[in-house]
Amino acid sequence: MRFGIVMFPGSNCEQDCLHVLRDVLNQDAEYVWHQSSDVSGFDCLVLPGGFSYGDYLRTGAIARFSPVMKAVEKFAIGGGLVIGICNGFQILLEAGLLPGAMMRNVGLKFICRFVDIRVETVNTPWTRSCAGGGVLEIPIAHNEGNYQVPAGTLEEMKRRGQIVFRYCSPEGSAHPDFNPNGSIENIAGICNQEGNVLGMMPHPERASELELGSTDGLVIWRSILAHCGARA
Amino acid sequence: MAQARVYVTLKEGILDPQGKTVLRALHSLGFPEVEDLRIGKYMELKFTDSRKENLEERLSEMCERILANPVIENYRMEVED
Repeated sequence: MRFGIVMFPGSNCEQDCLHVLRDVLNQDAEYVWHQSSDVSGFDCLVLPGGFSYGDYLRTGAIARFSPVMKAVEKFAIGGGLVIGICNGFQILLEAGLLPGAMMRNVGLKFICRFVDIRVETVNTPWTRSCAGGGVLEIPIAHNEGNYQVPAGTLEEMKRRGQIVFRYCSPEGSAHPDFNPNGSIENIAGICNQEGNVLGMMPHPERASELELGSTDGLVIWRSILAHCGARA
Repeated sequence: MAQARVYVTLKEGILDPQGKTVLRALHSLGFPEVEDLRIGKYMELKFTDSRKENLEERLSEMCERILANPVIENYRMEVED
Protein backbone atom coordinates (compact mmCIF):
# COMPACT_ATOMS: atom_id res chain seq x y z
CA MET A 1 0.00 0.00 0.00
CA ARG A 2 1.08 3.57 -0.56
CA PHE A 3 0.57 5.97 2.34
CA GLY A 4 0.84 9.76 2.15
CA ILE A 5 1.66 11.50 5.43
CA VAL A 6 0.45 15.08 5.22
CA MET A 7 2.81 17.54 6.91
CA PHE A 8 1.77 20.98 8.11
CA PRO A 9 4.05 23.56 9.69
CA GLY A 10 4.05 22.36 13.29
CA SER A 11 3.24 18.68 12.68
CA ASN A 12 5.51 16.57 14.87
CA CYS A 13 4.37 12.95 14.66
CA GLU A 14 5.05 12.44 10.95
CA GLN A 15 8.37 10.64 11.52
CA ASP A 16 6.76 8.16 13.91
CA CYS A 17 4.04 7.40 11.35
CA LEU A 18 6.56 7.05 8.52
CA HIS A 19 8.74 4.73 10.61
CA VAL A 20 5.88 2.43 11.59
CA LEU A 21 4.47 2.24 8.07
CA ARG A 22 7.83 1.71 6.37
CA ASP A 23 9.97 -0.17 8.88
CA VAL A 24 7.41 -2.09 10.92
CA LEU A 25 4.76 -2.77 8.28
CA ASN A 26 6.91 -2.71 5.11
CA GLN A 27 4.62 -0.33 3.22
CA ASP A 28 5.41 2.54 0.89
CA ALA A 29 5.05 5.82 2.74
CA GLU A 30 6.10 9.36 1.97
CA TYR A 31 5.51 12.87 3.17
CA VAL A 32 3.11 15.26 1.43
CA TRP A 33 3.89 18.92 2.15
CA HIS A 34 0.93 21.16 3.06
CA GLN A 35 1.48 23.30 -0.04
CA SER A 36 1.06 20.39 -2.39
CA SER A 37 -2.22 20.14 -4.23
CA ASP A 38 -1.71 16.60 -5.49
CA VAL A 39 -2.45 13.47 -3.48
CA SER A 40 -2.95 11.16 -6.43
CA GLY A 41 -1.38 7.72 -6.26
CA PHE A 42 -1.94 7.24 -2.53
CA ASP A 43 -4.17 4.53 -1.05
CA CYS A 44 -4.40 6.17 2.35
CA LEU A 45 -3.65 9.64 3.74
CA VAL A 46 -2.44 10.14 7.31
CA LEU A 47 -2.85 13.51 9.03
CA PRO A 48 -0.39 13.17 11.91
CA GLY A 49 -0.35 14.77 15.34
CA GLY A 50 1.43 17.94 16.36
CA PHE A 51 0.68 21.60 16.76
CA SER A 52 -0.06 22.82 13.25
CA TYR A 53 0.26 26.61 13.05
CA GLY A 54 0.95 26.71 16.79
CA ASP A 55 -2.68 25.82 17.54
CA TYR A 56 -3.43 29.52 16.92
CA LEU A 57 -7.10 30.60 16.94
CA ARG A 58 -8.35 27.02 17.46
CA THR A 59 -6.58 23.68 17.00
CA GLY A 60 -6.58 22.83 13.29
CA ALA A 61 -8.36 26.07 12.32
CA ILE A 62 -5.53 27.41 10.13
CA ALA A 63 -4.21 24.09 8.80
CA ARG A 64 -7.68 23.35 7.53
CA PHE A 65 -7.14 26.07 4.88
CA SER A 66 -3.74 24.78 3.73
CA PRO A 67 -3.64 24.21 -0.03
CA VAL A 68 -3.32 20.43 0.45
CA MET A 69 -6.65 20.25 2.29
CA LYS A 70 -8.63 20.86 -0.91
CA ALA A 71 -7.01 17.75 -2.33
CA VAL A 72 -7.55 15.83 0.93
CA GLU A 73 -11.25 16.78 0.88
CA LYS A 74 -11.60 15.65 -2.71
CA PHE A 75 -9.78 12.41 -1.91
CA ALA A 76 -12.06 11.77 1.10
CA ILE A 77 -15.27 12.61 -0.74
CA GLY A 78 -14.19 10.22 -3.48
CA GLY A 79 -14.01 7.43 -0.88
CA GLY A 80 -10.25 7.56 -0.19
CA LEU A 81 -9.04 6.41 3.24
CA VAL A 82 -8.07 9.30 5.52
CA ILE A 83 -6.95 8.94 9.14
CA GLY A 84 -6.43 11.97 11.39
CA ILE A 85 -4.52 11.33 14.60
CA CYS A 86 -4.71 13.88 17.43
CA ASN A 87 -4.03 17.24 15.73
CA GLY A 88 -4.94 15.49 12.47
CA PHE A 89 -8.34 14.65 14.00
CA GLN A 90 -8.74 18.30 15.04
CA ILE A 91 -7.97 19.41 11.47
CA LEU A 92 -10.58 16.99 10.04
CA LEU A 93 -13.18 18.44 12.44
CA GLU A 94 -12.37 22.02 11.43
CA ALA A 95 -12.51 21.00 7.78
CA GLY A 96 -15.99 19.57 8.30
CA LEU A 97 -14.92 16.12 7.10
CA LEU A 98 -15.98 14.82 10.53
CA PRO A 99 -18.79 16.21 12.74
CA GLY A 100 -18.24 18.02 16.05
CA ALA A 101 -15.51 20.16 17.62
CA MET A 102 -12.70 19.95 20.16
CA MET A 103 -12.60 21.85 23.46
CA ARG A 104 -9.89 22.23 26.11
CA ASN A 105 -9.48 19.19 28.37
CA VAL A 106 -11.76 19.48 31.39
CA GLY A 107 -8.79 19.47 33.81
CA LEU A 108 -7.01 22.15 31.70
CA LYS A 109 -3.90 19.96 31.65
CA PHE A 110 -1.97 18.56 28.74
CA ILE A 111 -2.38 14.81 29.20
CA CYS A 112 0.35 12.46 27.98
CA ARG A 113 -0.14 8.86 29.09
CA PHE A 114 -1.39 5.44 28.08
CA VAL A 115 -5.17 5.04 28.09
CA ASP A 116 -7.48 2.13 27.35
CA ILE A 117 -9.96 2.52 24.52
CA ARG A 118 -12.81 0.22 23.65
CA VAL A 119 -13.44 -0.67 20.02
CA GLU A 120 -17.11 0.19 19.49
CA THR A 121 -17.47 -1.19 15.98
CA VAL A 122 -15.51 -3.57 13.78
CA ASN A 123 -17.52 -2.49 10.74
CA THR A 124 -15.00 0.11 9.59
CA PRO A 125 -11.88 -0.19 7.43
CA TRP A 126 -9.92 0.93 10.52
CA THR A 127 -11.13 -1.71 12.98
CA ARG A 128 -12.07 -4.73 10.89
CA SER A 129 -9.16 -6.77 12.27
CA CYS A 130 -10.13 -6.07 15.91
CA ALA A 131 -11.74 -9.47 16.38
CA GLY A 132 -14.73 -9.17 18.69
CA GLY A 133 -14.02 -5.54 19.51
CA GLY A 134 -11.94 -5.50 22.67
CA VAL A 135 -9.78 -2.95 24.47
CA LEU A 136 -6.64 -1.31 23.09
CA GLU A 137 -3.90 0.29 25.17
CA ILE A 138 -2.69 3.34 23.23
CA PRO A 139 -1.23 6.63 24.49
CA ILE A 140 -2.83 10.05 24.23
CA ALA A 141 -0.93 13.37 24.22
CA HIS A 142 -3.17 16.41 23.95
CA ASN A 143 -4.55 19.57 25.51
CA GLU A 144 -7.71 19.75 23.39
CA GLY A 145 -9.29 16.30 23.31
CA ASN A 146 -12.60 17.18 24.87
CA TYR A 147 -14.80 16.17 21.94
CA GLN A 148 -18.21 17.84 21.76
CA VAL A 149 -21.06 17.50 19.28
CA PRO A 150 -24.71 18.64 19.34
CA ALA A 151 -27.03 16.04 20.92
CA GLY A 152 -29.03 15.44 17.74
CA THR A 153 -25.92 14.84 15.67
CA LEU A 154 -24.55 12.48 18.32
CA GLU A 155 -27.70 10.36 18.19
CA GLU A 156 -27.45 10.17 14.39
CA MET A 157 -23.78 9.17 14.68
CA LYS A 158 -24.58 6.43 17.18
CA ARG A 159 -27.36 5.11 15.00
CA ARG A 160 -25.02 4.96 12.02
CA GLY A 161 -22.19 3.33 13.94
CA GLN A 162 -19.83 6.32 13.67
CA ILE A 163 -18.52 6.05 17.24
CA VAL A 164 -15.37 3.99 16.77
CA PHE A 165 -13.49 4.26 20.11
CA ARG A 166 -14.44 5.14 23.70
CA TYR A 167 -12.12 5.72 26.67
CA CYS A 168 -12.64 2.86 29.13
CA SER A 169 -11.26 0.84 32.04
CA PRO A 170 -8.80 -2.00 31.32
CA GLU A 171 -11.85 -4.29 31.51
CA GLY A 172 -13.77 -2.23 28.94
CA SER A 173 -16.15 -0.17 31.07
CA ALA A 174 -16.75 3.24 29.47
CA HIS A 175 -17.60 4.78 32.85
CA PRO A 176 -16.99 8.56 33.23
CA ASP A 177 -14.21 7.72 35.73
CA PHE A 178 -12.11 6.57 32.78
CA ASN A 179 -12.68 9.70 30.73
CA PRO A 180 -9.37 11.61 30.69
CA ASN A 181 -10.53 14.86 29.09
CA GLY A 182 -14.30 15.38 29.45
CA SER A 183 -15.11 14.18 25.95
CA ILE A 184 -18.84 13.61 25.44
CA GLU A 185 -19.80 9.99 26.22
CA ASN A 186 -16.08 9.09 26.55
CA ILE A 187 -15.59 9.38 22.79
CA ALA A 188 -11.97 8.88 21.67
CA GLY A 189 -12.49 8.29 17.95
CA ILE A 190 -15.17 8.67 15.28
CA CYS A 191 -15.62 8.08 11.57
CA ASN A 192 -17.74 9.70 8.88
CA GLN A 193 -20.97 8.16 7.68
CA GLU A 194 -19.23 6.25 4.89
CA GLY A 195 -16.50 5.00 7.25
CA ASN A 196 -13.55 6.02 5.06
CA VAL A 197 -12.52 8.99 7.24
CA LEU A 198 -11.38 8.29 10.82
CA GLY A 199 -10.39 10.74 13.55
CA MET A 200 -8.87 9.55 16.82
CA MET A 201 -7.08 11.26 19.71
CA PRO A 202 -4.91 8.28 20.79
CA HIS A 203 -1.68 7.72 18.83
CA PRO A 204 -1.56 4.23 17.26
CA GLU A 205 1.89 5.01 15.81
CA ARG A 206 3.23 5.28 19.38
CA ALA A 207 1.90 1.82 20.23
CA SER A 208 3.13 -0.22 17.30
CA GLU A 209 6.34 -1.73 18.70
CA LEU A 210 6.98 -3.76 21.87
CA GLU A 211 9.86 -1.46 22.81
CA LEU A 212 7.36 1.37 23.26
CA GLY A 213 5.18 -0.51 25.71
CA SER A 214 2.28 -1.63 23.54
CA THR A 215 1.63 -3.05 20.10
CA ASP A 216 -2.12 -2.50 20.26
CA GLY A 217 -1.93 0.29 17.68
CA LEU A 218 -0.83 -2.22 15.03
CA VAL A 219 -4.33 -3.64 14.72
CA ILE A 220 -5.51 -0.31 13.27
CA TRP A 221 -2.79 -0.25 10.61
CA ARG A 222 -3.36 -3.97 9.91
CA SER A 223 -7.07 -3.36 9.51
CA ILE A 224 -6.35 -0.82 6.77
CA LEU A 225 -3.96 -3.24 5.07
CA ALA A 226 -6.56 -6.02 5.25
CA HIS A 227 -9.21 -3.66 3.91
CA CYS A 228 -7.03 -2.90 0.89
CA GLY A 229 -5.91 -6.50 0.47
CA ALA A 230 -2.26 -5.65 1.25
CA ARG A 231 0.26 -7.67 3.24
CA ALA A 232 2.44 -6.46 6.09
CA MET B 1 -10.06 53.74 8.20
CA ALA B 2 -12.86 51.25 8.88
CA GLN B 3 -12.41 49.08 11.92
CA ALA B 4 -14.29 46.19 13.44
CA ARG B 5 -14.45 44.35 16.70
CA VAL B 6 -15.42 40.69 16.77
CA TYR B 7 -16.50 38.89 19.94
CA VAL B 8 -16.45 35.10 19.81
CA THR B 9 -18.29 33.38 22.64
CA LEU B 10 -19.12 29.80 23.51
CA LYS B 11 -22.64 28.67 22.72
CA GLU B 12 -24.99 28.05 25.60
CA GLY B 13 -24.75 24.50 26.90
CA ILE B 14 -21.11 24.07 25.83
CA LEU B 15 -19.01 23.42 28.91
CA ASP B 16 -16.19 25.92 29.34
CA PRO B 17 -13.37 24.29 31.35
CA GLN B 18 -11.34 27.53 31.42
CA GLY B 19 -14.27 29.64 32.60
CA LYS B 20 -15.13 27.12 35.35
CA THR B 21 -11.55 27.18 36.63
CA VAL B 22 -11.39 30.98 36.72
CA LEU B 23 -14.79 31.04 38.44
CA ARG B 24 -13.44 28.75 41.17
CA ALA B 25 -10.37 30.97 41.52
CA LEU B 26 -12.60 34.03 42.01
CA HIS B 27 -14.58 32.21 44.68
CA SER B 28 -11.43 31.23 46.52
CA LEU B 29 -10.20 34.85 46.32
CA GLY B 30 -13.30 35.98 48.18
CA PHE B 31 -15.71 36.87 45.36
CA PRO B 32 -18.57 34.44 46.03
CA GLU B 33 -21.04 36.76 44.28
CA VAL B 34 -19.86 35.64 40.86
CA GLU B 35 -22.38 33.07 39.74
CA ASP B 36 -20.99 32.15 36.35
CA LEU B 37 -18.10 33.09 34.08
CA ARG B 38 -17.43 32.16 30.48
CA ILE B 39 -14.33 32.97 28.48
CA GLY B 40 -14.43 34.05 24.86
CA LYS B 41 -12.20 35.77 22.31
CA TYR B 42 -11.97 39.40 21.28
CA MET B 43 -10.50 40.44 17.92
CA GLU B 44 -9.77 43.85 16.42
CA LEU B 45 -9.66 44.23 12.65
CA LYS B 46 -8.58 47.18 10.53
CA PHE B 47 -9.53 47.49 6.89
CA THR B 48 -7.89 49.07 3.89
CA ASP B 49 -9.84 51.93 2.36
CA SER B 50 -9.77 50.35 -1.07
CA ARG B 51 -12.58 47.86 -0.46
CA LYS B 52 -15.33 49.36 1.60
CA GLU B 53 -18.39 47.85 -0.05
CA ASN B 54 -20.15 44.91 1.63
CA LEU B 55 -17.93 45.25 4.68
CA GLU B 56 -20.42 43.73 7.11
CA GLU B 57 -21.29 40.94 4.75
CA ARG B 58 -17.65 40.10 4.18
CA LEU B 59 -16.90 40.24 7.90
CA SER B 60 -19.76 37.80 8.57
CA GLU B 61 -18.24 35.48 6.04
CA MET B 62 -14.85 35.73 7.79
CA CYS B 63 -16.52 34.86 11.09
CA GLU B 64 -18.42 31.91 9.64
CA ARG B 65 -15.45 30.51 7.78
CA ILE B 66 -12.59 30.87 10.21
CA LEU B 67 -12.83 33.36 13.08
CA ALA B 68 -15.50 31.34 14.89
CA ASN B 69 -16.36 27.64 14.83
CA PRO B 70 -20.16 27.53 14.39
CA VAL B 71 -20.34 24.09 16.06
CA ILE B 72 -19.38 25.49 19.46
CA GLU B 73 -19.20 29.28 19.13
CA ASN B 74 -21.34 32.35 18.43
CA TYR B 75 -19.97 35.65 17.20
CA ARG B 76 -20.99 39.28 17.41
CA MET B 77 -19.43 42.11 15.44
CA GLU B 78 -19.24 45.88 15.64
CA VAL B 79 -18.19 47.86 12.57
CA GLU B 80 -16.96 51.46 12.69
CA ASP B 81 -16.36 53.57 9.61
